[in-house]
Amino acid sequence: MGDQSKLTRFEQSILPHLDAAYNLARWLTRNEHDAEDIAQESYLRAFKFFDGFHGTDARAWLLAIVRNTCYTWLHQNRGRETMASFDEEIHTIENEASNPAKLVLKSDDREMLKEALEELPVEFREVVVLRDLEELSYKQVAEVANIPLGTVMSRLARARERLKRILCTRLKEKP
Amino acid sequence: MDCKNAQTLLDGYLDGELDPLRNLEIEDHLHGCTPCSQSYSDRQVIRSGLKTDSFYFKAPTDLHKRILRSVRQAAKAEAPMPWLSWSWLRVAAPVAAAALVVLMLVPFFAGPSSDELLTQDVVASHIRSLMVNHLADVPSTDEHTVKPWFNGKLDFSPPVDDLAKQGFPLIGGRLDYLDNRPVAALVYQRDKHVINVFIWPSNKTRQTGESIKAQQGYNVIRWSRSGMNFWVVSDLERNQLEKFVAMLKGQTTAT
Repeated sequence: MGDQSKLTRFEQSILPHLDAAYNLARWLTRNEHDAEDIAQESYLRAFKFFDGFHGTDARAWLLAIVRNTCYTWLHQNRGRETMASFDEEIHTIENEASNPAKLVLKSDDREMLKEALEELPVEFREVVVLRDLEELSYKQVAEVANIPLGTVMSRLARARERLKRILCTRLKEKP
Repeated sequence: MDCKNAQTLLDGYLDGELDPLRNLEIEDHLHGCTPCSQSYSDRQVIRSGLKTDSFYFKAPTDLHKRILRSVRQAAKAEAPMPWLSWSWLRVAAPVAAAALVVLMLVPFFAGPSSDELLTQDVVASHIRSLMVNHLADVPSTDEHTVKPWFNGKLDFSPPVDDLAKQGFPLIGGRLDYLDNRPVAALVYQRDKHVINVFIWPSNKTRQTGESIKAQQGYNVIRWSRSGMNFWVVSDLERNQLEKFVAMLKGQTTAT
């Protein structure tokens, strides 16, 4: 196949997932400008490796590239952000008894939830974004985040538990 | 199912990733356990909060254009010439290789060029003149004897000059046959070295510059001038022969 058809296939199968790519990059970098740069770089990488893509899940394939590009970028620009605050074994699920209050989110509390998600370590943040925002299956999340399928559920559990704790604390502080 | 198991599987249940049997077990447990069912409802609250549009960042429209532009640029850079793609090369490479082999073999099939043949003949004539001791039909150091001798034997009159004063004495002249025609051969000497100068009319009117070749240990210098072809052959070293040629040219110009 010629390069013209490669470009055409790329534009048809990969380009439609730009929102997904940008959304993931935006959540992982927490910055619009960096997200745009990473999205562009990811697309160039994707084009370069497009000959090696033979699967059917173009979105997951692209998101894996975006995720890797983000991690490289984070490592270079915000060295302490990756893995430093993250240790899966230490972050055990807290006893539910410590948070007995029923969680209620009003529409004006959404900004609080957004902040809470941004505060999560990037490894927690990415599984929430991929599952709840991008609505990927556990299998797809495992593929994109490059973690075993069994880890997806436990990491999601811890991430959501953390979100809940942050929200409960903030809601209590709210005047 | 106890609370610990239920908590571990709660997210799988929420996300619809459990098998039907586990789903039933969880549902059973949530019915009878207030803390776990509250935990589940909290997760639902969070998830519905995340599902609002404001959480999903859509790419700016100019980013789409920017990316499209850079990808197309990358595509161009990958294939500087569209007809030179790898797939095209895969087909073309064996053809090109075959063509190359044919090109390399052509000289053997087509044989040497006429120019190469003539050079060979000139050298062969020179060698023959030395071997059979048939250097000159008219052994004479006098140009005024040699030049008239050619009259009536050739349809042209070659320039004949003695260069004895310059260290290249004329020792005679003879008839030879080159380029499918009879030619004049003038014989000069430099120490023990013999120089053959072959002269015949050129069918080209324009002058051609000097061209020097080395063949079988002999130096061959040729040029065309005043409607004549000049071929000089000798085992004399190259710069000596070039000096001789310069003198010969000076003489013929004066003539």
